[in-house]
Amino acid sequence: MLLIHCPYCGEERPEVEFRQSGEAHIARPQNMADITDEEFEAFFFLRDNPKGVTFERWRHVHGCARFFNAARDTVTDKILMTYKAGLPKPDITLPEKTLALTVDPGVSGRSLLPGDAK
Amino acid sequence: MRKYSVFALAREAMRAHTGWDRQWASPEPKADYDVIIVGGGGHGLATAYYLASQHGITNVAVLEKGWIGGGNTGRNTTIVRSNYLYDESAGLYDHSVKLWETLSQDINYNVMYSPRGVMMLAHNVHDVQVAKRHIHANRLNGVDNRWLTPEEAKDICPPLNISKTARYPVMGAAFQQRGGTARHDAVAWGYARAASDRGVHIIQNCAVTGVRRSGNGHVTGVETTRGFIGAKKVGVVAAGHTSVIMEMAGVRMPLESFPLQALVSEPVKPCFPCVVMSNTVHAYISQSDKGELVIGAGTDQYTSYSQTGGLHIINHTLDAICEMFPMFTRMKMLRSWGGIVDVTPDRSPILAKTPVPGLYVNCGWGTGGFKATPGSGHVFAHTIANDNPHPINAGFTLERFRSGRLIDEAAAAAVAH
Repeated sequence: MLLIHCPYCGEERPEVEFRQSGEAHIARPQNMADITDEEFEAFFFLRDNPKGVTFERWRHVHGCARFFNAARDTVTDKILMTYKAGLPKPDITLPEKTLALTVDPGVSGRSLLPGDAK
Repeated sequence: MRKYSVFALAREAMRAHTGWDRQWASPEPKADYDVIIVGGGGHGLATAYYLASQHGITNVAVLEKGWIGGGNTGRNTTIVRSNYLYDESAGLYDHSVKLWETLSQDINYNVMYSPRGVMMLAHNVHDVQVAKRHIHANRLNGVDNRWLTPEEAKDICPPLNISKTARYPVMGAAFQQRGGTARHDAVAWGYARAASDRGVHIIQNCAVTGVRRSGNGHVTGVETTRGFIGAKKVGVVAAGHTSVIMEMAGVRMPLESFPLQALVSEPVKPCFPCVVMSNTVHAYISQSDKGELVIGAGTDQYTSYSQTGGLHIINHTLDAICEMFPMFTRMKMLRSWGGIVDVTPDRSPILAKTPVPGLYVNCGWGTGGFKATPGSGHVFAHTIANDNPHPINAGFTLERFRSGRLIDEAAAAAVAH
């Protein structure tokens, strides 16, 4: 179970108090009736699903009930930071040490990074 | 390939089992192939086998980043069934059940397909209506499924608690007799052996790190941890890592990868005769031939590649198991594990061509791909060989998320399936 810091309550609480609500920073088109099928598909169905840092929405349903965003490493499940909804996507680069621990060049499908064990 | 038979067994018994061959070869990768399959799980190996056996395409390599069958093929709960609601799904999954029925003979490998029956419990009026709707839809599609009263369900599965005062009383069940279980490792090994025998190269410990395309966009091969390997066609069968591989080819997928957990108990004597599933209390259970109870839990709520899930998820499942089967309350659990499953928005798979010429994808099996292994490989091989889908997988396109022609088993089951 994850421990998640709610940026509104200012407390770290267990995951069961929260609902994950999908990928963050996907803006709903203002002109929904006019967009093409391709644009709707990209908005509604296509997802980055990254192996590494993901940005996702959480809702503190059993707390303040508010939505906020989190940056999390999907390889370790470590939450790197949480921030209030509406703030821009933070620029997060995993420190090299974390990468070396989390990226196994034999199995990850990613190319070697400087500092990785060869 | 030396045929496995009772005579071969008797002969080897006479000479201390010194004459068995390796089941599949481990060749060095060639410079190029007609077809490369990315992913050496059951679906990928089945695809390679049917490419060779049905379509005469034997210049094929299966690239596996770990060892074959070491991913979700070795992590699932081995359930086989085809009682899906929609016509497309019934067609695909029942095609698979038909192949399961003769698979051991076809590939000369005992996959231990055991049609012991799959019972899906109904605990409330809504469940009853949904189950009966499924039964009617299945029978119209020629898929066996029938309604059981609680007493009939208990006759088939004596450990079931049908007390009226249970927290989730059993109001009846849908029962598919042809459903059951099979031995997951044997499926991977059997397909690998049969494919290797027909000339397919099975290359383990070879992770794909890039997809190379020519000037006109056509696939020309894959970069791997063992160097570049050329191919005229590439089939991606990478389960939870499909998004990662497809991103290398510049295709964004309608997929999210979630951890899915399962667990087994200590082995006990045969006590549980069929597979029991309950969507409402979110649990399913069967007993392996080794005697372990095999229990499947739900997915975590967040995407992940960590192959672990939260303890509260399996706790929730065990609560439900103990409620339905009081005799298991003191059973010790032996192992639990997680796998990463790729889930589509409509919970139906994608078996299709992609916008990239020469690149094909078989993914999105979500929490229930094992049952489809033979059928999936069979129609995906057809899709790759003919550059056109088989009628059975024609609806399982990537474009359906653009056209809106979904196969919405998510709404039909309202649960992981």
